[in-house]
Amino acid sequence: MTSAPANGWTRDGIAKRLAQDIPNGSYVNLGIGIPELVASHVPEGRTFIYHTENGLLGMGPSPAAGESDPELINAGKRRVTMMPGAAFFDQATSFAMIRGGHLDLSVLGALQVAANGDLANWSTGADDAIPAVGGAMDLVAGVKRVFVMTTHVTKEGEPKLVKHCTYPLTGRGVVTRIYSDLAVIDVTERGFALVELAPGIAFDFVQERTGAPIITNHARK
Amino acid sequence: MIDKRVGSAREAVADIFDGATVMIGGFGEAGSPIELIHALIDQGAKGLTVVSNNTGTGLVGLAALLRAERVSKVICSFPKTAGSTVFPDLYRAGKIELELVPQGTLAERIRAGGAGIVAFYTPTAVGTPLAEGKESRVFSNREHVLEYGIRADFTLIKGCKADTHGNVLYHRTARNFAPMMATAATVTIVQAAAVVEAGALDPEAIVTPGIFVDRVVHVPSPALESALNEAGASYP
Repeated sequence: MTSAPANGWTRDGIAKRLAQDIPNGSYVNLGIGIPELVASHVPEGRTFIYHTENGLLGMGPSPAAGESDPELINAGKRRVTMMPGAAFFDQATSFAMIRGGHLDLSVLGALQVAANGDLANWSTGADDAIPAVGGAMDLVAGVKRVFVMTTHVTKEGEPKLVKHCTYPLTGRGVVTRIYSDLAVIDVTERGFALVELAPGIAFDFVQERTGAPIITNHARK
Repeated sequence: MIDKRVGSAREAVADIFDGATVMIGGFGEAGSPIELIHALIDQGAKGLTVVSNNTGTGLVGLAALLRAERVSKVICSFPKTAGSTVFPDLYRAGKIELELVPQGTLAERIRAGGAGIVAFYTPTAVGTPLAEGKESRVFSNREHVLEYGIRADFTLIKGCKADTHGNVLYHRTARNFAPMMATAATVTIVQAAAVVEAGALDPEAIVTPGIFVDRVVHVPSPALESALNEAGASYP
């Protein structure tokens, strides 16, 4: 393998790059963890409306000290605020928004993404793991576009972009695009396709850390 | 005159029987009816099947009910919230059964149960371990799995305000599963921080209409799981 990169995107860098691809006025569900950073990098002049599946549209940032409400929380059970124009609703309505195709975008973390768009992000299938799925399977089944935001490799250096997922799936063929610390990669009928390399990153460096071929000549809309 | 008020949480849960299926509202601590759960612990019913999104944190509320080994099975979407140790320990020890259900499917199964829909098809979970062994069918060139409605013997939920007819309002994201659970049980029990006379609530603003509610308990200052946990509380 080639040596460690001098550059690449930080977690905030990935979030900033991803946020550029979200149109003004989009209804967006941000998964728990790294996808939440997207909310801190909304491009100038754009407004996104955040959906949190536990029952709020128009979610705002974390509350100021002393102003938190333990019953105003996000799907990660962290305290949040509400924006002007916000709405509360029950779980059936919330998942009608998701499953019914009303949300524009879901941003999720990943354990593995396969070249055919399969996503694994809820369980490693380990014997002693407590299985827990939440709304991830509903999100990938129902939302028009699913962006994955992730480090390109695991802490152990194993590719997270793979030929076939070995972990239990969250959904089949559901991922639209992947934003990693090394590159932006589309999932196409021909497999992974390069959209953009992170600053200072060479293509070969990305390919060596990816478990399936990445095509570079894919025509994009 | 209709008046669904009962005098105490203890009285409200008195007839919950061994082996009952009990739906319990809440997403994390938001909407968790802690006083009703604690009354159920005191009451002693065992062998319960609990339908709830989570399994509680610390040693209070839902986690305390599990810790008291009153629950033989949970139907749940996310049983391992940060700070939850009771369920993982019971599960690893083989002392509790888990039926894991995607959150939106759980919501819809409860909604269906309460709405007289016995089963439905959904695209959620197709191709995953949670669809294994389930009947499936292709609609509009897409595979869907068959899921069944859920009904319960009792539902325990928390409102912020209720009236004597059982109309209920909720506080922000505490609403979550409560409106569907209220429809899906033989007996629905609401604890509310404020209870007013019928006519005092704006009919346009009612979230759960009183037809779905059987008992209303006034719990003026409901405890919060996070506050109890910070104080190191355990129940009983």
